[in-house]
Amino acid sequence: MRSIAVVGASLAGLSAARALRGQGFEGRLTLIGTESHRPYDRPPLSKEFLAGRMSEADLALEADDEDLGAEWRLGATATGLDPSDRRVLLDDGTSVRADGIVVATGASARTLPGGGGLGGVHTLRSLDDARALRSDLVKGRRLVVIGAGFIGAEVASTARDLGLDVTVVETAPTPFAGALGAEMGAVVASLHGDHGVRLICGVGVRGLLGAGRGLAGTDRADGVQRSEGAGRVDGASGPEGVDRVEGARAPEGVDRVEGARAPEGADRVEGALLDDDRILPADVVLVGIGARPNVEWLAGAGFQLTNGVVCDAGGATGVPGVVAVGDCAAWFDPAMGYHHRVEHWTGALRRPAAAAVTLLSGGATAPDPPSSPYFWSDQYGMKIQFVGHARPGDTVTVEEGDVADRSFLAVYRRQDRPVAVLSLNQVRLFTRWRRRLDAVPNRTDSTLRSEL
Amino acid sequence: MIPACPLAALPRGEAYRLDVEPPIALFHTEDGEIYAIDDTCTHQDASLADGWLEGCEVECPLHASRFDLRTGRVDAPPAKLPVRTHRVVVEDGTVYVVPSEEPPNLPPGIRAGTA
Repeated sequence: MRSIAVVGASLAGLSAARALRGQGFEGRLTLIGTESHRPYDRPPLSKEFLAGRMSEADLALEADDEDLGAEWRLGATATGLDPSDRRVLLDDGTSVRADGIVVATGASARTLPGGGGLGGVHTLRSLDDARALRSDLVKGRRLVVIGAGFIGAEVASTARDLGLDVTVVETAPTPFAGALGAEMGAVVASLHGDHGVRLICGVGVRGLLGAGRGLAGTDRADGVQRSEGAGRVDGASGPEGVDRVEGARAPEGVDRVEGARAPEGADRVEGALLDDDRILPADVVLVGIGARPNVEWLAGAGFQLTNGVVCDAGGATGVPGVVAVGDCAAWFDPAMGYHHRVEHWTGALRRPAAAAVTLLSGGATAPDPPSSPYFWSDQYGMKIQFVGHARPGDTVTVEEGDVADRSFLAVYRRQDRPVAVLSLNQVRLFTRWRRRLDAVPNRTDSTLRSEL
Repeated sequence: MIPACPLAALPRGEAYRLDVEPPIALFHTEDGEIYAIDDTCTHQDASLADGWLEGCEVECPLHASRFDLRTGRVDAPPAKLPVRTHRVVVEDGTVYVVPSEEPPNLPPGIRAGTA
């Protein structure tokens, strides 16, 4: 293999390039990135960067002296892939041919229909998004966060700290239920109330209200088509958040909101209209209703695209010489027995090494079994950490600390076997559990506990 | 030279955080060596004393960058800068640290004094 193109220049793409070089690939290496920025770290965008505690320079993923010997095509968007000679077509009319291709095009924030034309309405995925949101988070303003997933919760926390009045709206009865289970989801969601942030659950958002349209809601509400499921948004997910199960989310639902289309121009958002006819006044709105994989450009090229590029357990796609990593890829998960996308930062960091092995060996080398999925979140000064897979029906036991103290470690068990661990402000103990969960997936719980 | 802790308080495989400014982490490896490095990860505010000790490396408990206890060097992202190493002296059952005179690589926020 003499040339490899990595499509996507964020954490997964950069990690793939590093892994390829680290595994001895000396050929021509091209990194293609839609954004004009060099690779940067996204988790701080909702936290330290948004709060003003980190600069753009701090976000850089590359070391100052790092040189991958790669050709960078930044600001170029891949629009298609010709599988016949493995050619990546770019939006500037050029193309890049390569013997091997790494697909690492990530995901995009889902948007709320009707919010596009209104000032003060944001999603948060990129550095540019974060800059725009940050300039809008002015002390004393009213922020409505749509979606109580990890992005929404982190932005709520940061904004509260910046002195905004914050309300979070979530369609599901309990935030984080998919990732943490209902019981612990409720515990983590209660951090909002602890810090003076209103949390409204079980209510969808019908649309956003703009300047000049009034906030009484009567004339607006008349124009809204109300249909079951329309306008419902699901915020129980976020870039660092949740494993996606195919088909579990239906973005079609939000596309059918008709009457709530925003006026064009410089009008600013003034409120959010809820399904129960309530209006939440807002100066700023953050829409945090999950992400969809950026795979449209691969349509018709022979890939199986089912909520991401479907891959085997080593990252190989259905197209020879093409692997996929990061948020856009749905790898087969041997532990779960099905394909799913993982939007965890650690997945984008670690999996590219396995995908590089697959690509360079032509699939001849079996990948190491994946480590348990891990994610973290920082909210209201608390370290929230989770490792493993939670499923409905798992028993959850607080093993250390006390939920009421907001400092505890809880273990999820399935048939008495620990399968996941959640901790709040128990970093040290969590580290031990995480390593043990990885190291001894098949040991009995009693053995595991005696070693801790 | 700062007295850190009694040697007995630092069994093999364990870590001890010394609350100086900035904090220092001491590690007693399974091989019986004692090392001292800056406790704060150079990426973000995390205590390396809470991390996972394996051989002569400690893994940050939050984001999994690994630091070499002997050199302070980091092996994997997200951290990019090394931590300082400090000389360790054990005398009469007490562990002492001789703090480095190099400037520390503290993470953003800590560095700005705003965290």
